[in-house]
Amino acid sequence: METTFSALLEDSAEDLYENAPCGYLSTLMDGTIAKINATLLGWLGHERAELLGRRRFADLLPVGDRIYHETHFAPMLRMHGEIGGIALELVRADGTRMAVLVSSTVKTSANGTAQLIRTTIFDAGDRRAYEHELLRARQEAEQERDRVQLLASTLQRTLLPPSLPDVPGMDVAAYYHPASADEVGGDFYDLFPLTGDTWAFFLGDVSGKGAEAAVVTSLTRYTLRAAAVQEPGPASVLKRLNTALLKDQHGATPRFCTAIQGLLEPAGDGAKVTLASGGHPPALVIRHNGAAELLDTRGGQLIGALPDARFVEVELRLRPGDTLLLYSDGLTEARTHGRVRYDEEDLRDWANTLDVGSATETVAAVSRLLDSFGDGVDDDTALLALSVRLLGDERP
Amino acid sequence: MDARRRNNVTVIGCEDAPTVLLAHGFGCDQNLWRLVVPDLSKRFRIVLFDHVGSGRSDVAAWSPQRYTTLDGYAEDVLEICAELDLRDVVLVGHSVSAMIAVLAANREPERFAKLVLLTPSPCYLDDGDYRGGFTRADIDELLDSLESNYLGWSAAMAPVIAGNPDRPEVAGELEAAFCRTDPAIARVFARTTFLSDNRADLADVTVRTAVLQCSSDAIAPREVGQFVHDRIEGSVLVTLDAIGHCPQLSAPEQTAAAIAEFAGAR
Repeated sequence: METTFSALLEDSAEDLYENAPCGYLSTLMDGTIAKINATLLGWLGHERAELLGRRRFADLLPVGDRIYHETHFAPMLRMHGEIGGIALELVRADGTRMAVLVSSTVKTSANGTAQLIRTTIFDAGDRRAYEHELLRARQEAEQERDRVQLLASTLQRTLLPPSLPDVPGMDVAAYYHPASADEVGGDFYDLFPLTGDTWAFFLGDVSGKGAEAAVVTSLTRYTLRAAAVQEPGPASVLKRLNTALLKDQHGATPRFCTAIQGLLEPAGDGAKVTLASGGHPPALVIRHNGAAELLDTRGGQLIGALPDARFVEVELRLRPGDTLLLYSDGLTEARTHGRVRYDEEDLRDWANTLDVGSATETVAAVSRLLDSFGDGVDDDTALLALSVRLLGDERP
Repeated sequence: MDARRRNNVTVIGCEDAPTVLLAHGFGCDQNLWRLVVPDLSKRFRIVLFDHVGSGRSDVAAWSPQRYTTLDGYAEDVLEICAELDLRDVVLVGHSVSAMIAVLAANREPERFAKLVLLTPSPCYLDDGDYRGGFTRADIDELLDSLESNYLGWSAAMAPVIAGNPDRPEVAGELEAAFCRTDPAIARVFARTTFLSDNRADLADVTVRTAVLQCSSDAIAPREVGQFVHDRIEGSVLVTLDAIGHCPQLSAPEQTAAAIAEFAGAR
């Protein structure tokens, strides 16, 4: 036993080099092959004399890999003195190819001058076939994901008005920020004309996300629009929606939403607005002098949950320069940089510091605020703002 | 728009000296100039940057619309010049950036004093009598090669690449991130690089130009360097005794000296 063991240890360094289970290659810094082991020569089917001093390492590569070698491999090796696990192919003497994994180190002299490159080469045929499969699976998954995103964004667009109508004397603006590109969000808004010079608008948030939420959103929008035309009082519109959603509760998932419904009527040099809320965060009004206040609609109940849900109505006057902002809880439940939840009072305090005079400016400022939260916004966010134009401001 | 941040612009060297703007090529980032910068910064003000999608540029600024043609990259170069108010710039473009430099200089010739085209190729594909050195199949193979070697790349890499210069603990990782690019972006950049044909733009160059080529370069062979020299009127051709496509790494002293000589000449 002892003798066998020591015989094995006498395995010569040269034999170890020549017949190692991997390819060995030493080149000058310009890539010229200076030394190569028998294993690699066997793999390649070349004679030693054909390669030594005559060919460069890159000459053993197919053209595509040669470009990769010049643009990635060689620069990285120069910068770091080593590079590992690079997947390349070698071209054998008979023109066939062999998948390999390549690692190289630069040997430097005592004074730090780069002298030569030592390279080890592993046969990676099986592994590369497996990686190829992985790669294909990943590409398929990416394509699938693109399709899902396209579907979600297309569906999302059908649930939101393509653009807001022009309301005489008013500036109107909206914004929608989907939390995920993969799913349809549950927030919705709209603004549309009723008879004469009155207008209706709403903004809300249905429970859940995805296809199920899209069904509820579609039903909700349709019901709110139809109800507002028949009976424009916002509280009665929300009652109709409550009834419609309750009738529709036949799936496993309960269907409910929160919303603010509004009615806009011209009044003097401004507008009269009647709002009703069902469980929705309070609307914010920013007066022309910059003072911001939350409109108290507490007590309005979730829509679609109770047969006799109560909704709370408030009335307000908007004068030139005043802006009304409706928003969904994606904004007020966002986590700020300190990771605390933003809330309605924070929003009001922030709005108090704003210097804005129109719906467009307000929506732009809030969307910048949302951007500043970065990934702290984990729900969809919808914004709808209306402002009375200042006198003399006739911009379309 | 903040080009300084978008392109991770670095300014070093002599403040009042002529400006040398160094544009890196496909596959790397501004680190590629590391070995020539010490010499050049003794005589010039050096401006370095990363192309969008490379190095520590703002990856969020990348869009397939802007960056599927070299014009998008040329526009970035001009925006950097405008934002830093660079004048009489000596623009050094390596590899694909040599053609980006040509496009930028043709768009705003008054901005540039000189062009240095380092291992340039106006067209990598063979076309009739023109020998770019590659076929379409070669380029497709390169795209596969890129893909296999980015297999291990993951979204986890992205924050490292996007980087945070204020966090020294990631410096080591940034080092490792050198030459790493989001595979989707690298693929588009590779296609843009190797499938562009800018031969017709060479005749429009009015800025004084030096073509620096290597004595042996698998990507930009000597006849291609000669072609560029022939097409740009009044250009000078310098052949560096260097092997490979990146002489700023394989022969940094010689490369720095050639750039300095041309950039510093009256």
